[in-house]
Amino acid sequence: MSQSAAAHQERTTPREAPAPKTGAQIVWEALVREGVDVVFGYPGGAIMPTYDALPGYPVRHVLVRHEQGAAHMADGYARASGRVGVCIATSGPGATNLVTGIATAMLDSSPMVCITGQVSSTALGTDAFQEVDITGITLPITKHSYLVTRAEEVGPTLREAFALARSGRPGPVLVDITKDAQQGRAVFDGEAPPLRLPRRPPLRAAHGDLARAAALIDAAERPLILAGQGVVKAEASELLRAFVEKTGIPVASTLLGLGGFPASHPLSLGMMGMHGEAWVNTSLQESDLLIALGMRFDDRVTGKLQTFAVHAKKIHAEIDPSEINKNVKVDVALPGNLKTTLEQLLPAVQPRARAQWVERISALRSEASGRDVQSIPDNGRLLAPHVLHDLWKLTEGKALVVTDVGQHQMWEAQYYKHERPRSLLTSGGLGTMGFALPAAMGARFARPRDEIWVIAGDGGFQMTNCELTTCAQEGLKINIAIINNGYLGMVRQWQEFFYNRRYVATPLRSPDFVLLAQAHGLTGLRVTRRDEIPAAVERARADPGTVVIDFRVEQEEAVYPMVPANADLRDMIRRPALEVDP
Amino acid sequence: MSAVSADAARPGRRTAQTLIAYVQDRPGALNRVVSLFRRRGFNIDSLTVGRTERAGISRLTLVVQADDETAHRLESNLYKLVDILHVEDVSETAAVTRELAFVKVATPAERRSELLQLCATFRARVVDMAPSSIIVEITGAPEKLDGLIEVLRPFGILEMVRTGAVAMVRGPQPGSLPEVLDPEVLEVAT
Repeated sequence: MSQSAAAHQERTTPREAPAPKTGAQIVWEALVREGVDVVFGYPGGAIMPTYDALPGYPVRHVLVRHEQGAAHMADGYARASGRVGVCIATSGPGATNLVTGIATAMLDSSPMVCITGQVSSTALGTDAFQEVDITGITLPITKHSYLVTRAEEVGPTLREAFALARSGRPGPVLVDITKDAQQGRAVFDGEAPPLRLPRRPPLRAAHGDLARAAALIDAAERPLILAGQGVVKAEASELLRAFVEKTGIPVASTLLGLGGFPASHPLSLGMMGMHGEAWVNTSLQESDLLIALGMRFDDRVTGKLQTFAVHAKKIHAEIDPSEINKNVKVDVALPGNLKTTLEQLLPAVQPRARAQWVERISALRSEASGRDVQSIPDNGRLLAPHVLHDLWKLTEGKALVVTDVGQHQMWEAQYYKHERPRSLLTSGGLGTMGFALPAAMGARFARPRDEIWVIAGDGGFQMTNCELTTCAQEGLKINIAIINNGYLGMVRQWQEFFYNRRYVATPLRSPDFVLLAQAHGLTGLRVTRRDEIPAAVERARADPGTVVIDFRVEQEEAVYPMVPANADLRDMIRRPALEVDP
Repeated sequence: MSAVSADAARPGRRTAQTLIAYVQDRPGALNRVVSLFRRRGFNIDSLTVGRTERAGISRLTLVVQADDETAHRLESNLYKLVDILHVEDVSETAAVTRELAFVKVATPAERRSELLQLCATFRARVVDMAPSSIIVEITGAPEKLDGLIEVLRPFGILEMVRTGAVAMVRGPQPGSLPEVLDPEVLEVAT
């Protein structure tokens, strides 16, 4: 060998060239590099090479009973931790079963990477067995969907997928990997490959706009802060508190914003919107300035747009610029990370007390307390709001609560007072029934020591109760409160108010939930009276395993107040004052 | 051009807005752009796509009916697509905008010379001549094409195809496509 040939070889052949790995091994290598220690999934033909490569990697796999559960678990893990949740499924039906969970995560900006197997690249487009165009199907419900057809693309694509899922406004990303890409080999040296994501225009509030926002805030007599989930995602709770205490401005929360500002704070008003507190909706309509922080003026928040806070100027701080001026036209737009925006805004505003405005809201609040269901004495019948209120008291407001969708979800939002970020996980945007149980199981992995309560209706619980079996298999500890009224309660309520009490397809028969728990070797309890609540809750808390409590509540109870869809926020259906059962 | 700008300045007024978008030439990229329009209900007048001076990068010219705020939201939405590298709204910029159309027109022998005169006035070219029809090719600003098509209509338009507009900003500066694949700048991506 000539000298130059030797030198050439020296340059081109690293001394310890890493042995090529299969695409399947690279999947796990990449997940471990991203810090993933648990994935939720279900195997099948097109993903089998990846499953076969799992043993030996420090990643726990949770075998779900239906892929929708895997997606909700990854989502729940992400919401509880702020990290990226991971789910995995095979091609075809495995992939399509993830879809509801992916859309749920998309609507609530939850960071998630979904890995699906796909038929071999040579069979793509032939309608092969279990082939479905999942990158196409998930196109509008992901931040991006990748199709990977070569082993060497697995590593860089997963790196990109994780970065994308957690960046900016977080959300789900799907990576579809063909079977031959899992079986093929490529070099993976463990180093993070460079990201190939394109540059974006800088997202910072303009200096002039910050000054205009500060001037509006200083001048406002009846301002309100509307705190959304962005406060939680940006970890801006402390800053928000400092901002509130400097400016004396009361805080209303969206459903997903609950916990972003402590409920016990004197300037915390509670939830706004369709089932928001009456004093919140009324003060929204009376306010002269709305400061919207990390929220998107969802129709469940605004009611009829033409009548929404017409006297108020609006400031909108939001990380996703496509949300600005989408539903509500604003006077000052502050795009960018909420923490950065608040850091800049805080020194720019004047300290102020707003005693008159706060007094006005207090008056509205005391008027409402006369209608509060908590004022109804215990008459021996079990009211769902009492269950939620008592659960809050018994857990000292410290539990991580995961709710399903429906009446119980709204009662939880009204009566369980959240003090800390990430203490309530709920499907707000998509309103996905069946979310609670699997999401709570995912959250369990993120928060191994926290007390976790699922609050679900009898309808929603049955949508994903197959995951109770997963819960038992994995030995997870969750407390499950089923608010069982024998109806699809929220739909029944709409039928009561808007469809002449024709209860079409809403009466619901359930299995015996106590026996269902026992069939899994778990504890099942039944509560039919308010005075039985404390003992049942304490028994559940003391039990080392998952406990199911079947709360047999009043069947035809409604959530008040209620702003009918697309109505003025002032047009609330209120609970009649001083309603006392005979 | 000035009339368009005056209209656009009026808030809430819908006008034709022209955006240029650079997109990575990857499978599904165009699909994502089109899907965005469908999903968000943006009203497309025309969409063209073609290669650029850079390998692997395509350029879209989008003409939409929108007010200024909607156009701005469209731009923000486009930036949420990973394949999109850069978006530029040239509605208010001095830009050359051109479109091409073929129009097949019924041509009775006795009106042929009249028709050819019309085409000459519009600087349109006749690219095919059959005994009872001709195909006219015209390139120009979309409004110019509208004008020709209006005068051809009474002759009987048998078939027509328009390409949609392409646009380029006037002046010596190169296109605004930045160093797009800049590693580790993700924190600003949405």
